[in-house]
Amino acid sequence: MMRDEVMLEVESLNVHYGDFQALHNVSLSIKRGSVVSLIGSNGAGKTTLLNAIMGVNKPTSGAISFLGERVDGLPTHKIVAKGLAMSPEGGRVFPKMTVKENLLMGAYLPNARGKKVAAMEKVFSLFPVLKEKSDDESTFLSGGQRQMLAISRALMGAPSLLFCDEISLGLAPVIIKDIYRTIGAISHEGLTIVLVEQDVKRSLKYSDYSYVMLKGKIVLEGKSAELSEDEVRDAYFGTNRYAHY
Amino acid sequence: MEIVQSIVNGIMLGGLYAVIGIGMSIVFGIMGLTNLAHGDLVIVGTFLCMSLAAQFGGNLFLSLGLTAILMVLIGFILQKYLVNKVLDKGTEPALIATFSISICMANLLLLLFGADARSIQTPIASTNIVDTAYFSISAVYFLDFVTALVVIAALHYLLGHTYFGRAIRAASGDAGAAELMGVDTKKTYSYAMCLSMLTAAIAGMLVGMTFVFYPSTGTQYLIIAFAVVVIGGMGSLAGTLVGGVVLGLAQLLGAYFFGVGYQLLCGYLVLLILLTVKPEGLLSTAVRK
Repeated sequence: MMRDEVMLEVESLNVHYGDFQALHNVSLSIKRGSVVSLIGSNGAGKTTLLNAIMGVNKPTSGAISFLGERVDGLPTHKIVAKGLAMSPEGGRVFPKMTVKENLLMGAYLPNARGKKVAAMEKVFSLFPVLKEKSDDESTFLSGGQRQMLAISRALMGAPSLLFCDEISLGLAPVIIKDIYRTIGAISHEGLTIVLVEQDVKRSLKYSDYSYVMLKGKIVLEGKSAELSEDEVRDAYFGTNRYAHY
Repeated sequence: MEIVQSIVNGIMLGGLYAVIGIGMSIVFGIMGLTNLAHGDLVIVGTFLCMSLAAQFGGNLFLSLGLTAILMVLIGFILQKYLVNKVLDKGTEPALIATFSISICMANLLLLLFGADARSIQTPIASTNIVDTAYFSISAVYFLDFVTALVVIAALHYLLGHTYFGRAIRAASGDAGAAELMGVDTKKTYSYAMCLSMLTAAIAGMLVGMTFVFYPSTGTQYLIIAFAVVVIGGMGSLAGTLVGGVVLGLAQLLGAYFFGVGYQLLCGYLVLLILLTVKPEGLLSTAVRK
């Protein structure tokens, strides 16, 4: 496995909602095995970008390639079958299903079904609380447990790239720390991860590379270790030298 | 002790009503679509079963099998080429599409078979399977009820314990999230319609064996399906059986106390009362909004 291999390449992507342009010429590339963070405030276009990559909304122009293959324009389920997975904002676990059934939904695709037992063991070792609650309906989980379930459900399909959309939203700091520690562990095993976050400090801490979005554009990018928190904060809020965007 | 007989018949008939309603419940539960053609599609099943039975010397098993295949095919085509296309534009256009299917089916049957009353002849038509001093159970009514139990048990297994069933439930809970699991929700909708049509084929045969029917009786069964689903609760399998039995009992007890002319009225009065007291249905799992 080449560590420098580009897994996902987004080139000059534009997305419109009617007359409103939500994304302006967004380009990014994600290397295999890396943890990339996508930072931005509410309405900066992070979720729109994710939805475009996952085929939920159709880009007006631009290209999205995964492992060298164009995926833009494909329906979501076909993109997922190629190895992209997403833990959506708010988790969106299936309400009338048990924890176990939710996990089995994650292993819905034919090539994941055969490995479902091992995959379930694996996510139970990452989040032991899910094992305790495996026969409970997901409605009865706490916010943090629901988030853990959403991540686990995405992992059940053995993806090669995982998007985590706002996994810390509305959770207690202790839980967030716990979840991020697990994300770190998963990444150590070679999974490529994209973290979508509003928290600048946490994003920089847990990622190798960062993109900052402002008003539908990528205004700053760089190795997370080399970006200064102040610079990122300016890009995030559109202040100082980012005021003209 | 005629009242015991009424109760027994009400329960048995409730089974038939449940089978009629369950297909509508599936489609509503999964795609939020009220299929106004469901009653007519049941009657299409009845006519198909009758014609095929005439072709094959009264072999009902064979004709039910063929009817089921044809009905599933009709369902798949209607869903893929009509309902899925309009479903993108919201549930109202899809509702109108099913209404037009309903009119087309009823008139097609009228054109092909004429307006005469018909029935499916069976060797068990005038046999009683239970005969006591207090009540008897006719073989046809018994078959109605047992079939309901089998259909509901089969659907319970399918929806609860298979990938296909879980995908259907996931798509009905959150279609977007189901797509993220790799589920082709449009295809799932088509399969759900096929499943609904399979139950319509079974319901169709039972209706033909239990009652006389005309090309225009579809609406009557649509209303029954509606009542069953509303009383029992949308999207609940056990609720469908409860809904069927409540409706059957309401009708036959109404007939017992007030006369046969009040049978249908009593059924719908109970529906209206339950709509007022418990609008989400007796066993609904849906959250009230």
